[in-house]
Amino acid sequence: MKSLVTVFSAAAVTLASASFAFSARTDLVIGVVLEPPHLDPTASAAGAIDEILYANVFEGLTRIGPNGEVLPGLAESWEVTEDGKVYTFKLRQGVKYHDGSDFDAEDVKFSLDRARAADSVNAQKALFAAIDTVEAVDPQTVKVTLKQPQGSFLYNMGWGDAVIVAPESAEGNKEKPIGTGPFRFERWAKGASVTLAKNPDYWGDAVALDKAEFRFIPDAAAALPAILSGDVQAFPSFPAGDALAPIKADPRFSVVIGATEGETILAMNNAKAPFDNIKVRQAISHALDREEIILGATDGLGVPIGSHFSPANEAYEDLTGTYPHDVDKAKALLAEAGFADGFSATIKLPPPPYARISGEIITSQLAEIGIKLEIVPMEWAQWLEQVFTNKDFDLTIIAHTEPNDIDIYGREGYYFGYNNPEFKAVMAELDQSSDPAVRNELYRKAQRIIADDAVNGFLFQLPKIGVWDAKLTGLWENSPLQANDLTKVRWTD
Amino acid sequence: MIVYVTKRLVIGLVTLLLASVVVFGVLEILPGDPARIMLGMNAGPDALEALRQEMGLNQPAPVRFFQWLAGLVTGDLGRSYTYSSPVIDLVQERLVVSLPLALISLFLSTAIAIPVGVFAASRSGKLSDTLTMGTAQIGIALPNFWLALLLVYVFAVGLRVLPAGGFPGWADPVEAIKSLILPSISLALPQAAILARVTRSAMVETLGEDFIRTARAKGLPRRKVLWRHALRNAMIPVLTILGLQFSFLLAGTIIIENVFYLPGLGRLIFQAINQRDLIVVEGVVMLLVASLILINLAVDICYAIVDPRLRIGR
Amino acid sequence: MTIEQTAVDLSQRHVLRRAFSNASFVVGLAITLTIAIVALVSLFWAPYDVTKLSVASRVQGLSWAHPFGTDHLGRDILSMIMLGARNSIAVALVAVGIGMGLGVPLGLWAAARGGWIDEVLMRTNDVIFAFPSLLSAVMITAIFGPGAINAIIAIGIFNIPVFARVARGGALAIWPREFVLAAKACGKGGFLISAEHILPNIANLLLVQATIQFALGILAEAGLSYLGLGAQPPMPSWGRMLFDAQTRIAVAPHLALFPGMAIVLTVLGLNLLGDGLRDAIDPKQRRTL
Repeated sequence: MKSLVTVFSAAAVTLASASFAFSARTDLVIGVVLEPPHLDPTASAAGAIDEILYANVFEGLTRIGPNGEVLPGLAESWEVTEDGKVYTFKLRQGVKYHDGSDFDAEDVKFSLDRARAADSVNAQKALFAAIDTVEAVDPQTVKVTLKQPQGSFLYNMGWGDAVIVAPESAEGNKEKPIGTGPFRFERWAKGASVTLAKNPDYWGDAVALDKAEFRFIPDAAAALPAILSGDVQAFPSFPAGDALAPIKADPRFSVVIGATEGETILAMNNAKAPFDNIKVRQAISHALDREEIILGATDGLGVPIGSHFSPANEAYEDLTGTYPHDVDKAKALLAEAGFADGFSATIKLPPPPYARISGEIITSQLAEIGIKLEIVPMEWAQWLEQVFTNKDFDLTIIAHTEPNDIDIYGREGYYFGYNNPEFKAVMAELDQSSDPAVRNELYRKAQRIIADDAVNGFLFQLPKIGVWDAKLTGLWENSPLQANDLTKVRWTD
Repeated sequence: MIVYVTKRLVIGLVTLLLASVVVFGVLEILPGDPARIMLGMNAGPDALEALRQEMGLNQPAPVRFFQWLAGLVTGDLGRSYTYSSPVIDLVQERLVVSLPLALISLFLSTAIAIPVGVFAASRSGKLSDTLTMGTAQIGIALPNFWLALLLVYVFAVGLRVLPAGGFPGWADPVEAIKSLILPSISLALPQAAILARVTRSAMVETLGEDFIRTARAKGLPRRKVLWRHALRNAMIPVLTILGLQFSFLLAGTIIIENVFYLPGLGRLIFQAINQRDLIVVEGVVMLLVASLILINLAVDICYAIVDPRLRIGR
Repeated sequence: MTIEQTAVDLSQRHVLRRAFSNASFVVGLAITLTIAIVALVSLFWAPYDVTKLSVASRVQGLSWAHPFGTDHLGRDILSMIMLGARNSIAVALVAVGIGMGLGVPLGLWAAARGGWIDEVLMRTNDVIFAFPSLLSAVMITAIFGPGAINAIIAIGIFNIPVFARVARGGALAIWPREFVLAAKACGKGGFLISAEHILPNIANLLLVQATIQFALGILAEAGLSYLGLGAQPPMPSWGRMLFDAQTRIAVAPHLALFPGMAIVLTVLGLNLLGDGLRDAIDPKQRRTL
């Protein structure tokens, strides 16, 4: 009898505590794959920094919205002269940094001049290359003069590398970032997490969250238990696309598939035999079964691509039929190229699961036409050095996540060693044109050239797999840039 | 005795010095440019060069070795390339996780192993002995990361009573301890199996000795003889293994810390190796080597105290 | 000298007889032989070709066609376990070979010469011992790149001091014996004595240690492969199978179950074998160790 009473009272306590849970939560733990090397977005290319701080702690003159659109940021409005060379930004009033100091036009001038200085360690100096002078007209007005008109200037100013910092705190941002955003930096437990707290003095709409913790979970394998057990309530870019089944089956979670700018390619070393032979590259392209790769590496979520261009872009052309999966044709082409018995090569794979799994599947697919691949897995450090910098590779798999980056095929000395004057001419023409229709036509032409040349094996557009608690709203579905903007995130109920 | 200890100490220092040469030399040939890793794919050559200059990577290797060694002596392990904070701070932050983890595991392993070992020894040759030691054999054969996997899915994903991983920090001690339970069980069980076997054989031997028979003949109760007299005398081999296990637990947690993504020393070093943060790798390895040498030294001294003959010989 | 040799032979025959009446030896031998046979068979035949993926039929449960199911790329798990056995055994065996091949001569040399050579060798041993072995294995594979061969080297290096110690310890106990002294009096050198008199007398000791190191090697290989530093696909390895299974254990626990059981079984078999062997060689030693 006594035990029965205990059970009832225990149940009563549980009910009581459950009713407390109805007031909406204001804390959130977000899982991210990579730990940032430091916390200054203006001094590193590491996307891991922007994933935590962009729009949350640091803001720029403009900001990029959830679908890649340019929105006002610290500049509430701007005017552009007829010739497209002079931008006059009108800044917001009453903006304060987290250390209490005031934000004004001098900070903008300082930040932009610092980023484009000769000794700058800004990883994206190209963003500022067009700037000629920056002038603080008055505390609320900044005038930026360009050397030549640049259509993407406002977009560029929305990058994480272009956020506005204060001269007093800029040096310390690596350890203790001080910005103007709706969250202020609270703590960095190295190896574990970065915690942000609500900024009560924010100039804009107050955020719903009081506390946001970004927890580093580098193993795809650990990501799944972390979300299933509720330790982490949101994983905006879930790293294990091949292991979604248990989450999809669980009504506690939302699985939101969005688009990224990540074209995933089987990159071939065009400067090295036998991959300098177009027949070999075509044979490989015919041997690839995209459907199987997408199913294995992304659980079927990736969108097939036939060239290096995002299907979300209006200039996109579907070229997936250029080299359809056809083993016989692949063998024939390989024989024509003088490799009737195939050959051996290596495939160097960086750490993300999409690359490792695609690599295993492609190894099996190429074996069918007699190409024997040796898989060489690599850490990022080695991959960057051996493949990207020294071009010491045969094949590799990588997602190019920069937006609108087809121009890399025209770059001198780029790692896959493609060199086609016709393509370069198209790129040069593109630089001169400002008419959207002409530009789109040129983009289509560029896509066709590299697709026909089978420069690389074009696999799929990397999906953005967002996994979060079903009671959360306001997280981004797509990923126009690497960022987790938490300004609109709230718990419902 | 003093001569003996001094000799061991000198040997330990020489070992440490040799180890430092090995560590530094090995990491010199590790491929990968730290500057490139820090700045990423799009960095220009001038930015890379500026960073290399700043980090002192342009100096010849011997110069850097002696600078590093001089730092070690004064307790300065250098600054991490990737975290841009002193290595010693990073180590301290990680020790708050790794040290309690190692201690809890050690405690669990001892708390399980010694009673089991004593029990089996007291039933030596009987069925219960065979069964316990058979179980211990299976325990030894368990890879700890597999055990960890099974525990996560039973207690974290299935029953949802314990966290699947991560470490909330010591601000909330209850949560902190909870997050260390599964990792320490995964680490402790295979170790406990080894320890139980050692305890059992040491006990079996001690129980066969004359003074135990004498004690029993004097009419002392069996239980008292077992726990008071026999166990105390069987402790020496048990302590040796415990010493070894402690250093194993401190250093050998790489896999377990990866399974539970605990921010401990093992993970620090694993990440540092992958990110080519050489200065961190060097610092942590040296610390681990030093602690291993110290533990060995302590064990040696214990032996010498127990067995005076060792002080002259060897 | 002939008399001594027969003495050794006799004792070895004794050992075998005692061994086969030892339960743990028999069970251990049975398990080890089974795994070895499975690995051998996989050289010629496996139910499916594991280099051929069929993603469409991935993560299937147990069936007659696939008794252990299929993995995330549609490969037959039974076949992968069979090939994985080959990989585990090969890596651990070669690593033990390296350890014995280099460690035993070093240990014998140290025991034969004594003095500063002994001191230097044993100090070097201490340096290697001072490194946490798994950590060093991770560093070695990070330097030379992941792969089965580098895993062998990484595990093998740490076997050298183990065998050197055992050989030296065993040899030191034999050197003062009469028959060694007699051989010495006949003018035989340290090398010959070590090879003809010492080695046969410590062979049993080394065999026991080899079994233990073999088992440890299997575990170490599994750990390295789990971290992605061991054998690379398409060569299956148990540790890697566990890593791949980790994210899917909630939906398909059998993916993690079978490779884990394979590891446990192999290590268990080897440990039982070693234990039985030790008991058979020297019933007294059982108590000291």
